[in-house]
Amino acid sequence: MAGLDLWAMAFVFMLATFIGFDVIRNVSRLLHTPLMSLTNAISAIAVVGSLIIAGEEKSTFSTALGTVAVAASVTNIVSGFLITDRMLRMFKRREPGK
Amino acid sequence: MTPEQIYNVTQGSYLAAAALFIFSLRWLSRPETARRGVLAGVLGMVAAIVGTLVHPDIAHYEWIAVGVVVGTVIGVPLSRVALTAVPQRTALSHAFGGLAAGLVGTAKYALWLADGELTAFRMGAIAVEIILGFLTFTGSLMAAGKLQEVIPTRPITYRNQNFINLTLLAIAVGAGLWLVIDPLRWELFPVIVGLSLLFGVLLIIPIGGADMPTVISLLNSYAGLSAVAMGFVLENKVLIIAGALDGSSGFILSVIMCRAMNRSSPTCCSARSARCRRPPRPASRRR
Repeated sequence: MAGLDLWAMAFVFMLATFIGFDVIRNVSRLLHTPLMSLTNAISAIAVVGSLIIAGEEKSTFSTALGTVAVAASVTNIVSGFLITDRMLRMFKRREPGK
Repeated sequence: MTPEQIYNVTQGSYLAAAALFIFSLRWLSRPETARRGVLAGVLGMVAAIVGTLVHPDIAHYEWIAVGVVVGTVIGVPLSRVALTAVPQRTALSHAFGGLAAGLVGTAKYALWLADGELTAFRMGAIAVEIILGFLTFTGSLMAAGKLQEVIPTRPITYRNQNFINLTLLAIAVGAGLWLVIDPLRWELFPVIVGLSLLFGVLLIIPIGGADMPTVISLLNSYAGLSAVAMGFVLENKVLIIAGALDGSSGFILSVIMCRAMNRSSPTCCSARSARCRRPPRPASRRR
């Protein structure tokens, strides 16, 4: 059973990798920097693991590391999304004048 | 709710999160839909977090709350930097992401070591996670420092650079393999952490300031792969999906940016091949 689940995870990984290659292939050149900061925000998905470690409270050591990890990944999420949005708002203002 | 219902809620919100992340990336690659892309990304992240918080393993919320408050307090000012400072901010933010991955891997190793539940597979996934996580951490800090001109922006090189760097990485990977065979040799663990931190620094110092955006995107890809490894450690599919999306799109984005700067060869994008990018770079010196 555990083996089966492992293979399922490997397939999920493979498929998601191809989707990632494909979705941004035709990215507009204007959007390189915003896209970079968006993928940065998405890489903060590590928050899921941090929440689990911090919330389990299995040992003092792991809870301490987990709390720091939650703080670090929340920083990443908050600043990543906020700044992407800020950049895009600038774009919008400029566009009608073009 | 019964445990089964909770499980369904968690998996359902992970499924929604995965779909939203894909939409987010797709929408962000076109100017007309870009802002919707950010919204989809935020919703996806909220779905992933909510799905995690209802998980029965999470029994205590006080330290989570502390972490969230601290993260918000640091994150909001970090998003208000001048727009010229955006690349360094992204790099700094990466450093946080890498740090989180590395710490989770370390904590999980300590827990499983104490419970005697370290299988070879878990150990291997943890090794990949911490190597990538910690090298992203220091590598991104160095990149941010160079962009902010806290550290010299010119490429720093020394003899046999690639050889030394790769040897260090090989030792770290070797120590990881040793741990896979014999997970109880915990004294190897700090060695891996230390070498990965050092390798992250050495990886970035030979790279000039002008090439930094490409490198940041590549580091982003490493952070994504580290999240994938974390997904294998914790058997969590949303980590694997979002990490893989991030890993491959970060990689492709750095290839695209390389091309936009007239560096046709994708090998130039690999941060370690500093030599091929060094000679014709008057632009990087001008900064």
